[in-house]
Amino acid sequence: MSNIVDSLYNIRLLDDLARKKTFIHIIHPLIKLLTTIVYVAVLVSFERHEVSALLPFVFYPVFILSFAEIPVVPILKRVLLIEPLIIGIGILNPLFDNYSVVFGDIVVSRGWLTFLSIFIKCSLAVTVSILLVATTGMDKLALALRMLKIPRILVLQLLLTYRYIWLLIEEALRMMQAYSLRAPGRKGVKINDLGSFLGQMLLRAFDRAQRIYQTMSLRGFTGEYNAGDISKIRFRDFVYFAAWSLFFIIARIYNIAVLIGALLTGVGR
Amino acid sequence: MSHHKLEARSLYFSYPDGHEAVKNVSFTIYHGESVGLIGANGAGKSTLLMLLVGILFPSRGEVLVGDVRLTKKTLPAIRQRLGFVFQNPDDQLFMTTVYDDVAFGPRNYGLDEDEVKIRVEKALEMVGIPHLKDRAPFKLSGGEKRVAAIASVLSMQPDILIMDEPTSALDPKSRRRVITLLKNFKHTKIIASHDLDMVFETCRRVIVLNEGEIAADGMAEEILFNKELLESCGLEIPLSLQNCPVCGAFKYKSI
Amino acid sequence: MHMADALISPAVGGTMLAATAGIAAYSAKKVQNDMDESKIPLMGVMGAFVFAAQMINFSIPGTGSSGHLGGGMLLAILLGPYAGFLTMASILLIQALFFGDGGLLAYGCNVFNLGFYTCFVAYPLIYKKLVRKGVNPRSIFVGSMVSSMVGLQLGAFSVVVQTLLSGKTELPFGQFLLLMQPIHLAIGVIEGLATAAIVTFIWRARPEILERVAFGKSLGGVPIKKVLTGLVVAVVIVGGLLSWFASTNPDGLEWSIERVAGTAELETPDGIHKIFSEIQSKTAFLPDYGFKTDQDDVQNLPAVEDEEAWPSVDAGTSVSGIVGGAMTLVLAAFMGWIINISKKKRGKAVV
Repeated sequence: MSNIVDSLYNIRLLDDLARKKTFIHIIHPLIKLLTTIVYVAVLVSFERHEVSALLPFVFYPVFILSFAEIPVVPILKRVLLIEPLIIGIGILNPLFDNYSVVFGDIVVSRGWLTFLSIFIKCSLAVTVSILLVATTGMDKLALALRMLKIPRILVLQLLLTYRYIWLLIEEALRMMQAYSLRAPGRKGVKINDLGSFLGQMLLRAFDRAQRIYQTMSLRGFTGEYNAGDISKIRFRDFVYFAAWSLFFIIARIYNIAVLIGALLTGVGR
Repeated sequence: MSHHKLEARSLYFSYPDGHEAVKNVSFTIYHGESVGLIGANGAGKSTLLMLLVGILFPSRGEVLVGDVRLTKKTLPAIRQRLGFVFQNPDDQLFMTTVYDDVAFGPRNYGLDEDEVKIRVEKALEMVGIPHLKDRAPFKLSGGEKRVAAIASVLSMQPDILIMDEPTSALDPKSRRRVITLLKNFKHTKIIASHDLDMVFETCRRVIVLNEGEIAADGMAEEILFNKELLESCGLEIPLSLQNCPVCGAFKYKSI
Repeated sequence: MHMADALISPAVGGTMLAATAGIAAYSAKKVQNDMDESKIPLMGVMGAFVFAAQMINFSIPGTGSSGHLGGGMLLAILLGPYAGFLTMASILLIQALFFGDGGLLAYGCNVFNLGFYTCFVAYPLIYKKLVRKGVNPRSIFVGSMVSSMVGLQLGAFSVVVQTLLSGKTELPFGQFLLLMQPIHLAIGVIEGLATAAIVTFIWRARPEILERVAFGKSLGGVPIKKVLTGLVVAVVIVGGLLSWFASTNPDGLEWSIERVAGTAELETPDGIHKIFSEIQSKTAFLPDYGFKTDQDDVQNLPAVEDEEAWPSVDAGTSVSGIVGGAMTLVLAAFMGWIINISKKKRGKAVV
């Protein structure tokens, strides 16, 4: 049941964070979405064994975390929850590839490098996705999606899903609590009860959908959804996008970490 | 102002399973009236309300709004004039912000965004929650949700407000707030409820439904004091009108 | 089962995003043209339902473990393929954004793996065929079970192919396949059990819900050939384009960056290098740490044949990488710290 509470808390937290008004928050949602996509695309374009060149990409999430006043711990916790999945796949790399690479005096298996590379990429990609939502919010992201010409109906449906997740998860939690009080020591719902357990929930969801449709049609909904004006992209939004994109591309071409290292160790050519 | 009149003419309605929920219901509600619709669980209140707004269509009889008959054809025009507040605000508030929810109706009627903004702000002002406009509906308290749901209907500037249990599941303070709001609205109102004290405060006229039929239709102070009538319909005299439970003293003189 | 950003290449991610966008656009058109508008809130609430249902763990008979519903097959059965696919797409988007399951670039892969095979392959070709002769608990059970398993097997296979095409792991194709398919066979059985249990319940309690989907004139038939043809064409075009980019060593994005930046290789060009060596003679805190000479002998290790992509790792660069990497992280942390401090100060000044 703790995972239910955890999910509720997570959605609520991100939604709360998105209502802040820092300078990151007021950047146009489409710009933030595109910047994030460019970031992820550049990040994953690195070779599978690349490690040091990935590190400058830490700047972007740190920048957002700091300026948008996002608490670090809950975001990191969320990212760590994802890691076991990626470790599961990544950890096989050292098993299948033990070709050695020499680092000065240290000899490491190349598989570990690949693993590390995947691990870093994953952590960064997950962090920026969560930060995107934490600084933008689902309603504003929907706006960005509409500007990308996603059909309005799909956007409306996405918003509805988001809106009712909260309600239905709470309902699931209440049912689960009632169930576990009468079935102590059980790990989950018995498979024989699953049909009626989730089925009841589903039927209520159907009824709810019907009532929602009624309230919508009473307010003039006929299948076409008008979502209001789209806010304009301002000059400073362009600058934000251009500056970060430039940084990502430079960091892709030049290994900034190695350059800094060279400055400090004096290793030249 | 005869065009604000709402009339039901011998309405009948049966559900597909054969259950006859509404039987021979007729009444006329005039401009500015506030009418309480009371009855036990399953008396047909909600069904009747749905017939009035055209979510359901009667198997016999007709509904007239102004002098227009409610049909599938006239529905869009008529719905603009009827504001229906559902019992569960979670069904009514389905967008991600309160603002978008209140703007949903006006936008669907094709108003331009400036006009939508004016309407939304006015509606939020009327129910006293302008500060909640950017909040997510799912994070509001029960009372806030309720008034936000009312605002989502007010923004359409309806002539007639129809409400299903506007005070159910509210704490005393929120309930009081909703009652005060309702009393201040100048709209024609139809309020279906079990909260007879609230009905007594907000409505001058009361219609009692019993097993799908009208059991009584008259002034609130007459009906809500009528013990036999109320009890035969599965109701009881509002608490505020009952004698003092401790000393048995009369609170009001029976009329 | 979720594909992660870290495991795919931009080319694979881009191709799958394009394919998914194509199917989604087609489905949206279908849904808008053929369905009544009351389906839109239904899709929304069903999406939320699947989300909530995934939170409910159930115990798997005969084992000590528990599982949960995935929902792809259930959505197809209850909403029909088009609306089901779109609903799956919004569930996955919210999962990617709020929970980091999958990612933005891998989004296309995930919608395809979890939505396409269930809604457009397993549902029309297996579930509908098996249930056509008569809806009863037996046919629902067999239909849900087989279609869930097939859907997940295809999805898992798809994950393997996408991962290997991306080339971000060292896993050999065979081993990866041997790992993924059996795991997803088990997951498929669980999914089938759960789907069958729910659909059977709905069929008993409110059969009209299933009938509406099964016999509704607009939702019944999937022109599977049309969808598949369109898809194949889209994948070939997009995939072809992207792999053309990608074929230029080492990969597509870099190729385009070269074009934009006008530099040919990843090595430090002279201009910058000169400036750097000047600065570096002044700043280096480990100036005598002599890796400069090591460069040539490090590569004497036997090279593996298939390793054209493996760059020459030289100790100098490696140490620079480690030191510089650490410095980068310290810098990043420092930046965050400074911003926080200055923000707090400003906050106090305002208060």
